Amino acid sequence: MLQVDGIDVCYGDLQVLWDVSLRVGAGEIVVLLGANGAGKTTTIKTVSSLLKPAKGTVTFQGTRLDAVPSHKIIEYGVAHVPEGRRLFPDMTVEENLMVGSLRGEAKSRRSRTMDWVFEIFPRLKERRRQPAGTLSGGEQQMAAIGRGLMSLPKLLMFDEPSLGLSPILVADIFRIVELINKQGMTVLLVEQNVKHTLNMCDRAYVLENGRVALSGTGREFLDNDHVKEAYLGI
Amino acid sequence: MEVFVQTLVAGVLKGGLYALIGIGMTLIMGVMGIINLAHGQMMMVAMYLTYVLFHYLGIDPYMALFVSMPSLFLLGMFIQRFLLNPLMKVESILPENQVLMTVGIAMVLTEIARFIFTSNYLSVQTSYSTKAWYVGEISFSAALCVAFAFAALLSAGLFGFLVKTDLGRSIRAVSQDNEAAQLMGIDSERIKIITMGIGAALVAAAGTLLLPIYYLFPDIGGPFTRKAFVITILGGLGSTVGAIFGGVTLGLAEAFGATYIGMDYEDMVGLIIFILVLLFLPGGFKRLTKV
Ligand SMILES: Nc1ncnc2c1ncn2[C@@H]1O[C@H](COP(=O)(O)OP(=O)(O)OP(=O)(O)O)[C@@H](O)[C@H]1O
Ligand SMILES: [Mg+2]
Repeated sequence: MLQVDGIDVCYGDLQVLWDVSLRVGAGEIVVLLGANGAGKTTTIKTVSSLLKPAKGTVTFQGTRLDAVPSHKIIEYGVAHVPEGRRLFPDMTVEENLMVGSLRGEAKSRRSRTMDWVFEIFPRLKERRRQPAGTLSGGEQQMAAIGRGLMSLPKLLMFDEPSLGLSPILVADIFRIVELINKQGMTVLLVEQNVKHTLNMCDRAYVLENGRVALSGTGREFLDNDHVKEAYLGI
Repeated sequence: MEVFVQTLVAGVLKGGLYALIGIGMTLIMGVMGIINLAHGQMMMVAMYLTYVLFHYLGIDPYMALFVSMPSLFLLGMFIQRFLLNPLMKVESILPENQVLMTVGIAMVLTEIARFIFTSNYLSVQTSYSTKAWYVGEISFSAALCVAFAFAALLSAGLFGFLVKTDLGRSIRAVSQDNEAAQLMGIDSERIKIITMGIGAALVAAAGTLLLPIYYLFPDIGGPFTRKAFVITILGGLGSTVGAIFGGVTLGLAEAFGATYIGMDYEDMVGLIIFILVLLFLPGGFKRLTKV
């Protein structure tokens, strides 16, 4: 479904990704792991076309996404829930969700999708008229995920959705990611929460210093000594 | 007491027009992250347009709104599309340098006006230019009342648009988080073009409404750009509701300055308020450097 082929990405003169390739198959949950600064965010920002690769290609269902402007990506069915939530702080929860469904079919199905999002996150329904900037961290993450769902994407990319949440909430968020996946959306998950994600994912990639250092199934990773030592601390 | 109330009325009525000027500037500030230093000059263009329509075609200034607003909407879009957006694409040019471009645009507009109309003072005399309504001893200038009503109507319309429509929400989204807005499928360049158009149309309305009670010359843009800047700062850069507050504050400050200190000090009082706000309420300034 999504194919990233040998991309190099630079910020100005500073190269941060070297020859990164990864693949996400339809219906999968794929996890992208890596330490701080490894280049995870850079990778999915390149998929969203917010950054352009200096070399290599990004292909989604036969379309070269790297040639599409970032604001058109969502029309191809790719939604990106960015690092740090990035809600529109002065807009209400409801308005944030509306802005998630501006394009195409998502617009005509807006109210039904919103009901579905409120079903998944009843908390958001209670807070629908509250400015997003005044939500708690957990609620903001829910709103950000909800906003991503509003476009009815085929592929949903999450950038560290568990960041800064309590363990109970983290478990909740991952449960919902699995639920969303079961309902037919493909998931690319950027995470540092290794234990949790390796158990739920189909496949995983590890980025180290801007290069893919390891890839395999979740099971293989859990048995891998290097992963155990470097990321699980056992 | 009567003088006081009269001053209050004059200040609030003028404040309505100032709010209209300030809202446009604020909207542009929020979405583009820059102050538009050609704002008053765009207003000047609308005033000349109104003058020409009145003088040569006998079209009443209130009818001229239907020409000046769409014309300036187009001019604003043109400026953003062909003069400001291209600057954003060049990474080596700092966003702040777009401000310099607006200064250039301001000069060009002023000199074009001087070339066509010379530096002479012009004015439009209508039947209602000097008309006033009285409540007790207090006079309400008819033209200012009408201008105030239009300003209130346009502001309310703008708020409805920003809150109730997808395009309005897209404008707010871009001003609150440009990158996130792009991820939601919003073409921020297009939004910037439209926003500049709306800002220009609003200030055009202010210019057209002001003309029956004001005079006109090519350099009139400068003082109004300064006023718009003051209003935007007073309102806390980027807040449209704040701009209304800022507009009325400036209107009142000028009115009381003119009444109690002297006509010549009108502008000075406005600028003193501006400096006081910068000194004691500098929070708004952060927004300038954020984008
Ligand atoms: N806008 C930028 N300009 C210059 N360098 C950047 C920029 N953004 C990121 N980098 C650099 O690129 C490298 C990769 O950053 P990236 O944000 O992709 O890491 P990450 O894996 O997402 O890390 P984290 O887990 O901390 O979010 C880092 O060394 C970072 O300093
Ligand atoms: Mg990151």
